[in-house]
Amino acid sequence: MNRPFFMRKLVNALMLSLCGVCALVSVSVLFIILGYLLWNGGRFLTWTFLTRLPTPVGEPGGGMANAIVGSGKVLLLAALTGVPVGFVGGIYLAEFGGRVFPFLVRYTADLLNGVPSIVMGIFAYTVVVLPMHHFSTLAGGLALGAMLIPIVLRSTEEFLRAVPQSLREGALALGASKSRAIATVVIPAGFQGIATGILLALARVAGETAPLIFTSANNRFWSRGWNQPTATLPVMIWTYASSAYEDWHRQAWAAGLILLMLVLVANAGARLILARRTSVAR
Amino acid sequence: MVSQETPAKRSTAKIQVRGLNFYYGPRQALYDISLGIAEKKITALIGPSGCGKSTFLRTLNRMHELVRQARAEGQLLLDGEDIMSMDVTRLRRRVGMVFQKSNPFPKTIFENVAYGLRVNGYPKGRPLADLVEASLKRAALWDEVKDSLHKSAYALSGGQQQRLCIARALAVNPEVLLLDEPCSALDPIATAKIEELLFALRESCTIVIVTHNMQQAARVADYTGFFLMGRLVEFDETKVVFTRPRRRETEDYITGRFG
Ligand SMILES: Nc1ncnc2c1ncn2[C@@H]1O[C@H](COP(=O)(O)OP(=O)(O)OP(=O)(O)O)[C@@H](O)[C@H]1O
Ligand SMILES: [Mg+2]
Repeated sequence: MNRPFFMRKLVNALMLSLCGVCALVSVSVLFIILGYLLWNGGRFLTWTFLTRLPTPVGEPGGGMANAIVGSGKVLLLAALTGVPVGFVGGIYLAEFGGRVFPFLVRYTADLLNGVPSIVMGIFAYTVVVLPMHHFSTLAGGLALGAMLIPIVLRSTEEFLRAVPQSLREGALALGASKSRAIATVVIPAGFQGIATGILLALARVAGETAPLIFTSANNRFWSRGWNQPTATLPVMIWTYASSAYEDWHRQAWAAGLILLMLVLVANAGARLILARRTSVAR
Repeated sequence: MVSQETPAKRSTAKIQVRGLNFYYGPRQALYDISLGIAEKKITALIGPSGCGKSTFLRTLNRMHELVRQARAEGQLLLDGEDIMSMDVTRLRRRVGMVFQKSNPFPKTIFENVAYGLRVNGYPKGRPLADLVEASLKRAALWDEVKDSLHKSAYALSGGQQQRLCIARALAVNPEVLLLDEPCSALDPIATAKIEELLFALRESCTIVIVTHNMQQAARVADYTGFFLMGRLVEFDETKVVFTRPRRRETEDYITGRFG
């Protein structure tokens, strides 16, 4: 065996093992977090936790039913406001537009994506909470909805761009107008990707705490309407975990586990959708 | 001005092209093309790669407008009507196109064929299913797909997909059918099927086909045009072009001395 060849093999082996070690470290960190959460959260995830309201301070027992429903309501509002805007904006960026305006939109979206989520909270606070004079589900939903817009917009754009030009040509050559071709051929062709993007975006904002603290705030009871403050899982975790009570710590773990499961379900759903797509496409 | 000795003048010209110049931005791709495309005949366009055949074909139903900065100058008439000022969706409905690479929609076979009908509206009183069946039969695909109409079009073979695209184009009953190398990805059997199909379609449809295959042009076409570097060098009845070409370049290309 000649020398350079030997050196190449050595370097190769070194680099490979380095990659292996790095992969192992990142995976094990992930599994430690997951395991810890499962162990702690799993122990305290009880039927009571899921169905009862929080008890007064110091009194053991109680649950987070109101926070679970509250999170659901906030997410629903966020989806109803953020997803349509992001979706239509993504279509515009991918299919229409000249030079300057699309560039501005794209640039703004990327900027917004990088804006700390607490800033989105301040925005919703100023726009909704201040005029209404109190915290509300509505404000929380709008804050998360504003966060959804740039994520959904960019992922929709990406997936539409991935649709082959030949499909657009095929539709136009049959006498379809541009908007008709987009609605009936291009969007359906990219739909599974777009849906996946939306699902993952929702999973991402579901765990946001900062924008909710001073928008939907918190509530020890059932929220009595969209214009009333509400408990949400992330804010409850934040409140309970930073408290001094052992029982609250346990409930924070359980709430964390529920959020994790939400993300897992969204991811699994996304994978399922994508898997179906590959079996249909060539 | 119309001194062009186009053979199409001997029968009626479905499409008349006069002095067509075409530019991709600053680059000129077609130079002063004039020809007439005969009604209910097959016209083949041949020529070396990059000579402008696809560009020419795409101007006939204004697909070139999808390319930014592409510009066509000159006169294009469909039945005497100016193509450039016509409503573009109506034009494309009358002048259908089949692309080099088959491009079925990610829908079922049925929905692929029904697409043009749904977009353009279809005659009342005839159910959609009948029209779809008729188009698939015209494209000689019916027997192969009649039991799987509601399966994905992507489950078909390459040749079947190409015939599906032809069926899709035929469904709206175009007066002119443009085909850009429809057989380039197909084996001889699938190619033969499509050629048979072209013969049958000549009854009802004016056909323009771009092909790299000399034998194919010789077999199917009534008229053949030879493009070279953006110019229409020769245009005549196919048997004239292939047996007694007027130009040296044509002869060289046909006999395979360059290209
Ligand atoms: N979208 C485009 N933008 C800029 N130039 C283009 C574009 N499409 C084609 N061209 C140029 O125009 C010329 C003619 O191209 P065209 O596609 O019409 O050739 P063709 O005869 O169809 O070739 P082939 O047989 O390889 O398909 C080529 O020189 C090509 O580089
Ligand atoms: Mg071409």
